Amino acid sequence: MSTFPWLTALLAFPLMSAAVVMVMPKGNAATVKRAAFGFSLVPVAIIAYLWSQFDANATEQFQFAENTEWIRGWGVHYALGVDGIALAMIALSVILVPVVIIAGWNDVENRGSGNVAEYFAWFLVLETFMVGVFAATDVFLFYVFFEAMLVPVYFLIGRFGGPRGAFAAMKFFIYSLVGGLIMLAALIGLYVISSRNGIGSFAYADLLGLKMDPNTQKLLFLGFFAAFAIKAPLVPVHTWLPDAAQQATPATTVLLVGVLDKVGTFGMLRLCLPLFPEAARWFTPTVLILGLVGIIYGAIVAIGQTDMRRLIAFTSISHFGFITIGVFVMTSLGQSGATLYMVNHGFSTAALLLLVGYLISRRGSARIADFGGVHKVAPVLAGLFLVAGLSSLALPGMSSFVSEFMVLQGTFLQHPVIALIATSGVVLAATYILVMYKRTMTGPVGQGVEVVTELNRREIWAISPLVAALLVFGFFPKPVLDVVNPAIARVMQQIGAVDPQPRVAVVDTKAGQ
Amino acid sequence: MSLFSPALLVGIPLVSAAVLLLLGKRSNAWGHFLGTTASIASFGVAVAAVMHLVSQPVGSREINQTVWNWFTVGNFSVDVTLSIDALSGVFILLITGVGSLIHIYSIGYMSHDENRRKFFAYLNLFIAAMLLLVLANNFLLLYVGWEGVGLASFLLIGFWQHKNSASTAANKAFILNRVGDFGLAAAVMLMFVTFGSVSFPTVFAHVGSAPGHTTTWIALALLLAACGKSAQFPLQSWLLDAMEGPTPVSALIHAATMVTAGVYLVARSNAIFDLTQTGRTAVMIVGTITLLMGAVIGIAKDDIKKALAGSTMSQIGYMMLAVGLGPVGYVWAIFHLLTHGFFKANMFLGAGSVMHGMNDDVNMRHYGALRKSMAITFGTFLIGYLAIIGVPPFAGFFSKDEIIKAAFEQSVWAGAAALLGAGITAYYMSRVMFMTFFGKARWQSGVHPHESPAVMTIPLIVLALLSAVAGYGLLHVINLEEWLTPLLHPTTGELPFNEALLLPGTLAVVAVGVVLAWFAYGSTHEIPVQAPRGNAFIRAARADLGGDAFNQEVVIGPGERLTATLVAVDEKVLDASVMGIADTFTGLGGRFRSLQTGFTRSYALVMVVGVIIVGAVAFLVRLS
Repeated sequence: MSTFPWLTALLAFPLMSAAVVMVMPKGNAATVKRAAFGFSLVPVAIIAYLWSQFDANATEQFQFAENTEWIRGWGVHYALGVDGIALAMIALSVILVPVVIIAGWNDVENRGSGNVAEYFAWFLVLETFMVGVFAATDVFLFYVFFEAMLVPVYFLIGRFGGPRGAFAAMKFFIYSLVGGLIMLAALIGLYVISSRNGIGSFAYADLLGLKMDPNTQKLLFLGFFAAFAIKAPLVPVHTWLPDAAQQATPATTVLLVGVLDKVGTFGMLRLCLPLFPEAARWFTPTVLILGLVGIIYGAIVAIGQTDMRRLIAFTSISHFGFITIGVFVMTSLGQSGATLYMVNHGFSTAALLLLVGYLISRRGSARIADFGGVHKVAPVLAGLFLVAGLSSLALPGMSSFVSEFMVLQGTFLQHPVIALIATSGVVLAATYILVMYKRTMTGPVGQGVEVVTELNRREIWAISPLVAALLVFGFFPKPVLDVVNPAIARVMQQIGAVDPQPRVAVVDTKAGQ
Repeated sequence: MSLFSPALLVGIPLVSAAVLLLLGKRSNAWGHFLGTTASIASFGVAVAAVMHLVSQPVGSREINQTVWNWFTVGNFSVDVTLSIDALSGVFILLITGVGSLIHIYSIGYMSHDENRRKFFAYLNLFIAAMLLLVLANNFLLLYVGWEGVGLASFLLIGFWQHKNSASTAANKAFILNRVGDFGLAAAVMLMFVTFGSVSFPTVFAHVGSAPGHTTTWIALALLLAACGKSAQFPLQSWLLDAMEGPTPVSALIHAATMVTAGVYLVARSNAIFDLTQTGRTAVMIVGTITLLMGAVIGIAKDDIKKALAGSTMSQIGYMMLAVGLGPVGYVWAIFHLLTHGFFKANMFLGAGSVMHGMNDDVNMRHYGALRKSMAITFGTFLIGYLAIIGVPPFAGFFSKDEIIKAAFEQSVWAGAAALLGAGITAYYMSRVMFMTFFGKARWQSGVHPHESPAVMTIPLIVLALLSAVAGYGLLHVINLEEWLTPLLHPTTGELPFNEALLLPGTLAVVAVGVVLAWFAYGSTHEIPVQAPRGNAFIRAARADLGGDAFNQEVVIGPGERLTATLVAVDEKVLDASVMGIADTFTGLGGRFRSLQTGFTRSYALVMVVGVIIVGAVAFLVRLS
């Protein structure tokens, strides 16, 4: 494997691009946008190359690893590396950036104020931090990226969002900061323990299998978990998300819900489980109940929403419940399913949110009641909206079905009752999506809906890769699972979990030949 | 890839649907031709495949094709494996055969619709999904077809999206079906936990080793799925509303094929149902209730399509009853499924032809005396009518007779219900017949009934021929029982009375039904254009026997209240308390206001809180 620091390149390139975008001559907005889009394609190329070079069955946990000591006294390293889970999440992140740049092409002009270059520069800055948080193999470095992500999002919501953007941004910021500080506390606790064990390091590999007494472990687990629960977010610490989703531009929300929130569930899988396996097991029933409440609660509250952006935010809260259950159910199916769910949810929610964004840019409103009969004036828009919605309700054939089924089946192996209650979420999901579809897209053309024009070529280009991903991974999820499964097998091994065997001993006749 | 590849069978209509949807308006000019050709081509493959099966010795009548590995995680692995055997062979012929006739008919029926190309795309999508449903060799792949036909059904019920009633009906169908799908998902999950596989061969081979209660739960979960898809009690209420879709859809999806998927599911899973008396009894009860319920609803409807929809519910109830009987009934359920597919598609298309000539009016009180102005429609409908009420030698006579006989062999109550159902069927179908084609013309002004074009009448004629001969043909020429024996291993039981009584008895009950209808709606009886209020029984039947009222009172109403409550809780309790906490801190920070504002102030405060937490944790960790 080459020694070129690919991950550092992947990390640094967007940041440098952001700087270039900012210093470009302001006169020509179109050039700035084209430059931002062009720059955002480079990380896609890099990740495609890395994916092709990635050896899913390698013996070392992290590949393309880099490690430099950063703060010697504290055992902090600038250490990067990816396993299959991180690789998939980074791929999702860097693919979504050019998509939101195309989709958000005219966001600033439509808003009427703001600096075009700054808007796109923040996306690129955010990309750096997203890559960093998934690639960090030093827990302190992870924390730094985790907190740093707040800044670009804060400005994207506060300066480019809706009329109450400043409020929503602050709410998001305080929530996240509180979570981050709790995590910092736990991080320091972890360092103290590692020092006492004579290690004194923040490196992920050094922290695995630390000896600590059960109560400390529970406390530290809770510190990390609290931060991730707010980030994901889980009910009841979710109330920042609907406001943020409502106020941010849809392009921002795509990255917020599609990627940033996944840092929460990614963190549970990467840190909470392997670092504190006994505590994780002790808290499992509580977390599963939290996830289950989130699934049902999020779905029911989604049904009652009047604003499409808030509705999608609540559907995501429901979906995060599924992901959390999948992570904590401690079966390969559940955890691989949860990982795949993170990727698929990113694509499917992105498609749904961008289409809502297109509606808003035409009608000037995201209220469900302000629409009706869109199928008549913009059939392609309505059709794509249905496709994205069907993906959200996990229709078989869509990628989200595979991951949702894996999570449910993985849960059923250990907790059939929880799995069955979670499965009833499929009825609620059909309800929130189809009721929204019916009210906005069908029926006679509503008053004021005549202005909703058909999608233009740019808008279709932004959506197409998402829809393609939903369909291709629905029938052929193998490329993602091939890299994710071995990583999950390692996590299962780290936490000492074993998949249950079938109850009836089946002499395998190579199932179904 | 050989000519009779199962993947080709599914692939042709799927590719055609994709082409029509992706090209959009550009394919408007020829979309219906491509769609119809795809369906006919798929029929050709189906015929070739079944011919191949026929040419094989009995033990090896199976074509298996593993197309790819869908996904594998840990010890869970599921392949996209398609298989054509005796049972799915019968279905692929029905789906593509009747499907192609309905495609042809739709060229005429939808000729004035601006979205005709989209209609054919959806029909193709349906054919592909339905083929996948019956060709799948494992339960998870079957699930894809299962929800796929649900999607096609949703799209086609709501095809006229500008009508609120259509999109409401489409949503209702999808959501109620999802309740059923919950059952299928539960069954799949339970199977994997038990057998470590969801493929048919593994599950069926090992089901005998599973604990009895597990088998029963799997069976009941499958029954729930079947209730959704096949509009069986208590998930029946979506089917009547589904008549909002264009009539060819009602014929293909909501009569001949998709709604029989529940029957297929139980018959396919016979290895499971054979082992659970509780499961079989539950299927029998559901079937019996629905066969009577649908028939009673059929009596009261003035909308010709809804009368036929009630009839479909009822006839599928017969099939469910038959599969619930176990080995004595499986074959006859499939037999009736096939004959019903012919005669019900025939009558639905006939109803469409009538509507075509009556400016899309569906109210039979505005019909009457149409036998002269629509001779071909009348003639074909008449054959369908004779077939469904079970007059020899038409198709339904053979198939329904066998179900009634098998029911009596298992239970006098089920037999009596099936017999009574036959009488009610004769009554409501005669009522449709008389109100539509006989009596005096009650046409609205401006209506000039006329026969439909050949593109519509030819499919009617073909289906009428099948309705006439399929009963005798399938039973005695093709010998369906023998064909299905390796999979459904039929047995025969003992009738509790002399078998010679059964045929005359059944015919007498049917005759009573026809005669009663003749006095009420035939002869010279005057039919009011406004429906009379009717007695309590008729009013209840008109209201679908309370199906919607039940949904409203028990599910929708409380559901809406729960939603409103939780939305309020979210805003007024959860969010408000978080904001309250935040305000407390902001209030504390008020004294710094002159120095710091907004963002920085809050940041500083949170930092302070953070330092306290950090200190506390460091302290606690040291203590422990």
